[in-house]
Amino acid sequence: MRDVAIIGQGMTKFGELWERSLRQLVTEAGLAAVKDAGVPGDRIDAMYVGSMSAGRFVGQEHVGALVVDEAGLAHHHIPSTRIEAADASGGVALRQGYLAVASGDADVVVVGGVEKMTDVIDQEQTNTLATVLDQEWEAFFGATFPSVYALMAQRHAHKYGTTAAQLAAVSVKNHEHGAMNPNAAYPFAITKDAVLKSPMVADPLRMLDCAANLDGAAAVVLCAADKVAEFTRKDRAVKILASHQASDTLAMHDRASITELAATKHAAKRAYERARLTPADIDVAEVHDAFTIAEILAIEDLGFYAKGSGGAAAEKGLTSWKGEKPVNTSGGLKARGHPPGATGVAQAAEIVQQLRGEAGKRQVADAEIGLAHNVGGSGGTAVVTIFGRMK
Amino acid sequence: MAVPRFWRENHERYNLKGAKCTNCATILFPARSLCPKCRHASVGKLVPQSLSGEGVVESFTTVHSAPAGFELQAPYVLAIVRLAEGPRVTAQIVDVGGKTVAVGMKVRKVFRRINQDGESGVLHYGYKFAVA
Amino acid sequence: MTVGIVSYGAAIPRYRIKSEEIARVWGEDPDSIKKGLNVHEKTVPSPDQDTTTLSVEAARVAIKRGRFDPKTIGAIYVGSESHVYAVKPTATILSEAIEASPYLTAADFEFACKAGTAAIQTCVGLVGAGMIERGLAVGADTSQGAPGDALEYSASAGAAAFVIGRERVIASINHTVSYTTDTPDFWRREGQRYPTHGGRFTGEPSYFRHVQAASERLMERADMKPASYQYAVFHQPNGKFPIRVAQKLGFNEPQFKTGLLTPIIGNTYSGSSVLGLCAILDEAKPGDRIFMCAYGSGAGADAFDITVTDEIRNLHREGTPTMKQLIDDKEYVDYATYAKFRGKIIKGASA
Repeated sequence: MRDVAIIGQGMTKFGELWERSLRQLVTEAGLAAVKDAGVPGDRIDAMYVGSMSAGRFVGQEHVGALVVDEAGLAHHHIPSTRIEAADASGGVALRQGYLAVASGDADVVVVGGVEKMTDVIDQEQTNTLATVLDQEWEAFFGATFPSVYALMAQRHAHKYGTTAAQLAAVSVKNHEHGAMNPNAAYPFAITKDAVLKSPMVADPLRMLDCAANLDGAAAVVLCAADKVAEFTRKDRAVKILASHQASDTLAMHDRASITELAATKHAAKRAYERARLTPADIDVAEVHDAFTIAEILAIEDLGFYAKGSGGAAAEKGLTSWKGEKPVNTSGGLKARGHPPGATGVAQAAEIVQQLRGEAGKRQVADAEIGLAHNVGGSGGTAVVTIFGRMK
Repeated sequence: MAVPRFWRENHERYNLKGAKCTNCATILFPARSLCPKCRHASVGKLVPQSLSGEGVVESFTTVHSAPAGFELQAPYVLAIVRLAEGPRVTAQIVDVGGKTVAVGMKVRKVFRRINQDGESGVLHYGYKFAVA
Repeated sequence: MTVGIVSYGAAIPRYRIKSEEIARVWGEDPDSIKKGLNVHEKTVPSPDQDTTTLSVEAARVAIKRGRFDPKTIGAIYVGSESHVYAVKPTATILSEAIEASPYLTAADFEFACKAGTAAIQTCVGLVGAGMIERGLAVGADTSQGAPGDALEYSASAGAAAFVIGRERVIASINHTVSYTTDTPDFWRREGQRYPTHGGRFTGEPSYFRHVQAASERLMERADMKPASYQYAVFHQPNGKFPIRVAQKLGFNEPQFKTGLLTPIIGNTYSGSSVLGLCAILDEAKPGDRIFMCAYGSGAGADAFDITVTDEIRNLHREGTPTMKQLIDDKEYVDYATYAKFRGKIIKGASA
C-alpha cells in the first residue's frame, strides 16, 4: 500500500439551506475542494460519496451516478460509488477513497459527503434518522436515536458518576469553537445554564446536548503522495497516516459493554499501530459528538482519557482549543452541524485546515498530527483516520 | 404498510420466544440464523427457546421527545433489560407507579399494544416490562 | 360427566379515576352521583392497553394457575363490545399470545355485557358434546361513555378468562338458562364512537325483566332456593341494580358482597359479572354453591348454577394475583389524563 495525501478540501456552510438542493450542495463542496487542490477535472480517477439516506430525504437513490453527473464528469465514465453507514457514511467514504489510492487503483480521488434533510418535514426527518437503530428490536419498541445514547449516558453516570454539568461542558466548548468557524450552522456561544435549562429529550440528554441534523456537504481530494507535486505545494498536502474501520452489533443492547464504543476502540487501536503513534501524539481531534455523551465516550475510547474520566476532562477545559487536547475545534457535530452523510468528510476538512495552519481564529498552535473519528448510529460502525503534515 | 415484516415476528414479540444454540448452550433473543458465539458450528443446531420474561434493569431513560405512535405515552421510561437467560432487550417500563426506576430493579414482561400502522392499519402487540 | 371451570384469571388496568373528579369537570354533585350510582371510582386503561392485552393477561393467569398445556385448548371465544378490530377476531391474537395450537376453533362474540358468559356457555356445550377437551372463554372490555353522560362514571375496563373442561374441574357448571328478547335499552350503531341508551328504560323492562326471568327459571331447573347459595353475583352496570335484583330474587348482602366490584372498579361490561365470579373463586370453599346471572343489553340474561369442587384446593395460585391484589394496586389520574388516554381529546386533531 502506498502513501496517500489530501491535497484539497472544501465544504458548504451547514444549516437549513432551503434554497439549495442536494445536487447543488454536493457540487459546491466538490468544486471548492478541487479548486483548493489545483486538480483539473480530467485527472479525477474516481469519486466516493457518503450519503446516509438520500432515498428517504429526497427520494433519490443511485447517488453515485447523480454526483459524477452533476460534476460534469459522467462523460469521463469514472467510477462513482455511494456509501451508506448511517452517520459514518462520510468517514467510510473517506476510507474507501483512501484504499482506492493506497492500493494503486486510482491516483486522484474526490471524496464527498452530503445530506439534504430539510426537504421533508421534521417528523419525517426524525423517523429517517431512527433508521440507524435496529428497526425490529430497538425502534419498534419506542427507542429513538437520542434515547439509545441516553441509556449509555445513564449507565456511564451509574458507573462513573458522570454529571449533567459535565455533559453540558462539552456543548458549551463546541459552541465556543463553532463561533470561530465561518461554516458552522450555529456560530455562537451558549452558556452551561442554557444547556441545563433546554427541554429534556431523553433523560439526561436535553435539546442542547444533541447535534442538530441539517443540510450540508463537504469534500476532500485524495492524491497518491508521490504525485502531489503535480498539483500543489507539499506544505499544502496532509498525509493520511492511518485509516481504520470497525464494526459492532447493530442494537446497542447487544454490546458487550454499554459504557464504551468498542468499534471506536478497535479502529483507534489499529490506526495508532499503523501510524506508530499513541493517543498522546494527537495534537487535534475531530470526534463524533452526535450527543454530548458521545464526545465523552469518544475521548475515553480513543485513549485520550481513562474510562470514566471523560466528563471531568471536559469540565476542566482540557479539550478546549486552548487546552492540552483540543477536540472538535470546528464546533463538532453540535455547533458546526450534522448532515449525517457529510460529517465524516467535514471532520477531515477541519483536520486538514488545522495541520496546514489555515484554521483562522480557532488554529491550534503547532498542530502536526490530527485524528478524525466518525461513528455510525449508536456505534455499529466507527472510522478512525490519523493525519500528519507531509514532510 | 409492511404486513408480513411484522407478522413474521409475532410469536417472538408476543411470547419472548428466542432460540437456544444446542452447540454452545447460548440463549439468543431474538432468534437468529447463526449463533454469534459459534457461528458455523451452530448451523442446524438452533432450537426454539421460550424465555421467562423475568429480567433486571441495566439502564433506563425517560423519553420526552417521542416517535410517531408513542406520543400519547410520552414521557415514557425506556430501558435496557437483562433477561434472566442472558440476552438484553430494549423495552418500555410501564406501571411504575410511585416507585423510582433504578438500575438493578427486577422487572417482568407484560403484553401491551406497542404501536399501530396508522388509523386503518394493523395493530402491533409485544412486550413491555412492569416492576416485578 | 362434569363440565365446568378448570381455571380462571383476571386482569384490570392499574389506573383509576374517582367519580368526584369526573363530577368536578361537568359541574355535578359528587355525593349525589355516588349515592345514585354507587360507583366511587373506575379503572382506566393506559394508551397501550386494550381488550386484546387485557384478555391476554387474564388468560395467561388462568393457564399459569391451571398448569396445563395451552395446546389442549380446542376453542377460544372472546366476548366484548370493544374489540380492537371490527373485522379480525381478538381470539386470533389471543391464541397466538398463549401459544395455543392453530388447530382450534375461534371467534369473537358480541352481546353487550354478556358476551363473556355467552362464550362460557358455548365452551360448556362443546366440551359437553365431546368436541373439544378444553375451551377458553373470555369476557373483556375497555368500554366508553360519552363525555358528560351518566355512563362516563361507570364505563371501565377489565377482563376475566375461564378455561372450561371436564377434567380437574374446580367449579362445575351444573345448569345454565338464558332469556333473550329484542329490547333496545342500550346500543351502538356501526361507526358511532359512543353508545346510546334509553335512560330509565334500561331498568325495569330491560335489566330487571331479563335477569329475573333467567334467574327464576334457573333456580326451578336446578331445584334450588336462594338461601341454598353461598354466593350470588349479577351483572353490575352500577352499584345499585345488582343489589336491588339480588334482594328482589331473595338473596342477601353476605351472599352478594364478595362479587360486587362495580363500586370500586366501575362497570367492566363483558367483564362485569365474570370478574365478580373471579373474586368469589378467590375465596370459595369446596361444596360452595354459586349463583351467577349476567345481563347484556339488546337484551338477554345468562344465569348459571355452579358448585365449587375439592379440586379448587389444587389450583396453583402462587405468583398469580387475586382480585383483591389487582384492585388494591392502583394509581389515580385526573380527568385530562383520562380524556387523553381514552382518546376523548386527540392531539393535533382539528375540530
